[in-house]
Amino acid sequence: MRVRRGRSRSSPRPLGSWTTPWIYLAPALVVLGGLLVYPIYQLGLISFFQYTQAQVSGGEPTTFKGFGNYAELFSDSQFWQVLLSTVLFAGACVVSTLAVGCALAVLLTRVRAVPRLVLMLAALGAWATPAVTGSTVWLLLFDPDFGPVNRVLGLGDHSWTYGRLSAFFLVLLEVVWCSFPFVMVTVYAGIRAVPSEVLEAAALDGASQWRIWRSILTPMLRPILTVVTIQSVIWDFKVFTQIYVMTNGGGIAGQNLVLNVYAYQQAFASSKYSLGSAIGVVMLLMLLAVTLVYLRLLRRQGEEL
Amino acid sequence: MKLAPRFAVLLATAAVVAGCAPQTSDNSASDKDETSGTLRVWLFQEVGNDPKAKVVDSVVTAFEKAHKGTKVDVEYIPIDTRAQRVKAAFNDPKSAPDVMEYGNTDTAGYVHDGGLLDVTKEFGAWSEAKDTDPTAKQSVTVDGKQYGSPFYVGVRALYYRTDVFKDLGLQPPKTMAELASTARKIHMAKSDLYGLVVGGAYTYGAMPFVWANGGELATAKDGTYTSAIDGAAAQKGIKAYTSLFTSDNCPAAKCAVMGGNDTITAFAAGKAGMAIGGDFSHSAVEAGKVKGKYAVVPLPGVASGSVAPAFAGGNNIGVLKSTSHRTLAVDLMEQLTSKATQASMFDAMGFLPTFTDVRDAAAAKVPFEKPFVETLAAGTKFVPASPGWSEIDSSLVLPTMLQEVISGKKSVAAASKDAAKKMNDAFSSAG
Repeated sequence: MRVRRGRSRSSPRPLGSWTTPWIYLAPALVVLGGLLVYPIYQLGLISFFQYTQAQVSGGEPTTFKGFGNYAELFSDSQFWQVLLSTVLFAGACVVSTLAVGCALAVLLTRVRAVPRLVLMLAALGAWATPAVTGSTVWLLLFDPDFGPVNRVLGLGDHSWTYGRLSAFFLVLLEVVWCSFPFVMVTVYAGIRAVPSEVLEAAALDGASQWRIWRSILTPMLRPILTVVTIQSVIWDFKVFTQIYVMTNGGGIAGQNLVLNVYAYQQAFASSKYSLGSAIGVVMLLMLLAVTLVYLRLLRRQGEEL
Repeated sequence: MKLAPRFAVLLATAAVVAGCAPQTSDNSASDKDETSGTLRVWLFQEVGNDPKAKVVDSVVTAFEKAHKGTKVDVEYIPIDTRAQRVKAAFNDPKSAPDVMEYGNTDTAGYVHDGGLLDVTKEFGAWSEAKDTDPTAKQSVTVDGKQYGSPFYVGVRALYYRTDVFKDLGLQPPKTMAELASTARKIHMAKSDLYGLVVGGAYTYGAMPFVWANGGELATAKDGTYTSAIDGAAAQKGIKAYTSLFTSDNCPAAKCAVMGGNDTITAFAAGKAGMAIGGDFSHSAVEAGKVKGKYAVVPLPGVASGSVAPAFAGGNNIGVLKSTSHRTLAVDLMEQLTSKATQASMFDAMGFLPTFTDVRDAAAAKVPFEKPFVETLAAGTKFVPASPGWSEIDSSLVLPTMLQEVISGKKSVAAASKDAAKKMNDAFSSAG
């Protein structure tokens, strides 16, 4: 007993100081472990097996395939094509969403209370609309036979979903519409937190709105913009509902497939769960890599998130 | 030698990973054969299901009376979500039914999944089975064994607008070439109508064109299938079908995305001069604007007066492997698909019987069914009885091929070659 007491005095509670944070973190870790780590572990596990409906329901034995599913995936030319269009489409969506969101956030700070309220309500309405409903409504707006857009523009029975680019463009509009409110609200809150003296000083020096945005707001809002960008990249890279609903599961001859819809078709429509899991793992790794590279770059610039 | 430790680690990892394989359900055949208890039955929920339920109820009542101590619990499952329900039933035998209805193109896939019970012996010993239409029998057969009993068949034929044909002085087409020219004449004269409404995602509307030209989906050799969709005759058929997607009949921008139901909806709404529809589309067309203004003839083949081979669709009733009431379940399956049941099911729902004699008797009563029975009599085709077919169907290989040609992305030769490759991959991977 005396020995222990003596030791604890020389280095105060070595065991306790090490375990205390973990005890506090334990509930969160258990929940995260159950909800995140275990499914990802299962995802990774399944991707190494031959695992289709026949294996699930016990018609055939489950066999270990090693990297067979990945090899099959990487040798499939359609996968690379889908990956390319996903990257380009997600890139276009992120840029458009950020541009629209930031522009409207600045606009919000410049208008009076009533128009601000109206704009806020409209944006929140778009935000609150479920993706399936939003997609169906957009599709109806652009319908070749009954859509008001064609009537207003005088396009006759032009079909927006027939051409590859025009179908992607239509989906892009919907994606931007339902994801800009998040950017707008977050950036608006950020701008509100910028000291008004700084903005006043810039205005007195005769800086234009664009100049204020570029030289003052962007640097000051960088942490917020970073979060918003990463969020948007992850969301838009994983877009599913809009493509699935608006292009009827991937467009004519699969021309509008994106990675998530492609994975769904492989995993669930064709019951190739293992191949679908492999696609999931590849997507997970890519998104992790994007996020890590981005954080690393920021760190090198001497900023913390 | 330097690599050896690393290799050993890899091996060990592989062993660990292999040791904890993902879950599978134990779906081995139940050895129990209880003679009393509750039998669970899943049937499809049809649009206007009451007449079907009435026929089923009378069969069930008679069955319960004949087998003391048994109770039959019938559940009607929505057709839209049947794939998930069936998968769930295979994954968890405890919640699975004993007897179920299923689409006949799913037979090989379900057998491969290990879900259906082999009833070859009982089917062979059943006195009524000998009158079963050969194509219907083929639709329950995988590798020479029967996995269920045919419930009804469905075929497609050519619906046309009698008023439009009379206006324009047209006759129902006698050949496939005439079909195309008649379609164009209709659209030329009435630009708000599609001539023959076709769909880029309407596989079973397109297949008769391939079959009529002598093409095949796939050929079987020693139990394995090889795609024949890129054969010269098949390509001719694909060309004939896809050439209907032009601005003088059915513009590609609108028709390329359509499926079978979309074409029927368009016809029923009075937007088309002709459509390829099934006997099962009758009520949908009757409910539309064109009621009383249409008639049906068999889809013409290449030679004058011939009939293009149709796809023999329809449903079967099978017993699940996991049933613990084997004898009772098989007996109930036979009762549900017997000649008497099929005859009353035809009266109630218009489902065409799978027994040739029952079908002929039924058609004699209802003139509407005549072209469909003629089509069946002229010989029908079925999809390859390979588990690969489920995958080909669900991964949209054929619609993709048709849409590639229609939208001008690929030539018929290139698109059919790619489709053939995908089909062969599916056939070989599914074994």
